[in-house]
Amino acid sequence: MKVYLDNAATTPLDERVFLEMKPYFFKGFANASAIHYLGQKNNLELEAAREKAARLLGVEARGLVFTSGASEANNLILRGVMAANSDKGKHLIVSAIEHPCVYQVAKNLKAEGYEVDFAPVQSDGRIDLAALKKLLKPTTVLVSAMAVNNEIGTIQDLKAIATLAHARGAYFHSDIVQAVPWLKLDLEKSGVDLASLSAHKFYGPKGVGLAYIKQGIKIKPLIAGGEQENGLRAGTYNLPGIIGLASALELAYRDRTKTIGGIKALRDYLWQKIKKEIPKVKLNGSLAQRTPNNLNVMFHSIEGEAILIDLSLKGICVSTGSACSAHNLKTSYVLQALGLSLNDLNSNIRFSLGKHNTKAEIDYTVKCLKETVKRLRSFSPIK
Amino acid sequence: MALNYTKKTIDHFRHPKNIGSIKDPDGLGEVGNMVCGDQLSFFLKVEKGKIKDVKFLSFGCASNIATASVMTERIKGMTVEEAKNFKWAEIVEDLGGLPQQKIHCSVMAVEGLKKAIADYEARQTRASASKSPAKKKTLKKVASAKFKSGRKK
Repeated sequence: MKVYLDNAATTPLDERVFLEMKPYFFKGFANASAIHYLGQKNNLELEAAREKAARLLGVEARGLVFTSGASEANNLILRGVMAANSDKGKHLIVSAIEHPCVYQVAKNLKAEGYEVDFAPVQSDGRIDLAALKKLLKPTTVLVSAMAVNNEIGTIQDLKAIATLAHARGAYFHSDIVQAVPWLKLDLEKSGVDLASLSAHKFYGPKGVGLAYIKQGIKIKPLIAGGEQENGLRAGTYNLPGIIGLASALELAYRDRTKTIGGIKALRDYLWQKIKKEIPKVKLNGSLAQRTPNNLNVMFHSIEGEAILIDLSLKGICVSTGSACSAHNLKTSYVLQALGLSLNDLNSNIRFSLGKHNTKAEIDYTVKCLKETVKRLRSFSPIK
Repeated sequence: MALNYTKKTIDHFRHPKNIGSIKDPDGLGEVGNMVCGDQLSFFLKVEKGKIKDVKFLSFGCASNIATASVMTERIKGMTVEEAKNFKWAEIVEDLGGLPQQKIHCSVMAVEGLKKAIADYEARQTRASASKSPAKKKTLKKVASAKFKSGRKK
């Protein structure tokens, strides 16, 4: 049996989305910046896609900048906003559990002379609002906090963070890449001034995403050399990708109730079964304040990557954000921020479910997981 | 990240050789810590200067388990002196290569082996030192008993 439980890494393209995109690879190939009728027709399609995406996110269409994905959008927003607003200050705050494409940019900015603070989280994975409040100061330009964490699926209170940031005159940016369709996004109403998104996390194509930049916020582009996106992002429009992004976003919210119901039931079933059948396990992060697709479990006394490879050999795809699996051999800073003990930092597996998973797959997964854990524990030096 | 393990690495991960522990080992070597995320324990049984038996326990990733497994296969039957000169590159070669970021696993396995040998040698030194008349009687008894059991088993 083949089981894919790594949907937070990426999802397969929805066939309906592919059919929407297909014409723009062939007959509709023209450059959407071109003045001739083929280009202008595509320009209208591009703007229609922008309108659609904006409506679904609860923002103005002219605030959206299409990018190659959320990594680029996060880089653009952090670097661009900090560089263009130095008159206010040089202080940036990002949460301690941001994705590397925010976390690392923040670290780089710090090395380049910006003043950067990392806002701590509580043991349930939610940002410590009192601590964040203390970090804010008049020179704070930007606060960045992801809507949903990629490793543990915990949901942040966007409105509360926005209120704190705005009280000090700072902008609020949220990486919302893991939030679709789990959260109903109404960005402007939630006080989100800037946001980043990637299409492939919700059955859209890879290589396309967007940055939302509220009107009036000064920002410096990363990629210069063209007037696309009002000069904020040079490069030929990826029209098939943009059409695909808008279509996938629309479908994600159209099918939302059904998707969430099915996935949550399976995720809860998976956790119940793991808890019942495998001893010495622990859930990382809050169960209540977490998206319905995510489960991050600590398996005491064995290493996460060994579990991952053993499951992979049985046809099951899961992931581990921690342990030696990464190039740098560093443990997960997300789990560290939650306060996990050193003994437990390398023993974690992320299961992220998607709309194609079935109960039979979950049964098979737990059956294999049970064998894997038993085998690895049989020769662990840790008791 | 490219993480393509060879078939042999996967085989050793799935069916590791010499897994387990040895009661009353002649040498014990523990390496790694929870910060780096890998831990290995090696147990040696030495007879007439030769490694008669070796076993290991692992808290580690697939290549940590596979490298230790392949190493124990290779060093079993070697003299202690030969085992001391065993190189991590031989493990990598034996497995048909390791992903770059996993080379350290083979280094760690050899480090564990050397610790176990050092422990064995330290016990030998203590045992022979305690045989000298200058040492207290009680110590002498215990140590030489250990020494004997190690040699004769």
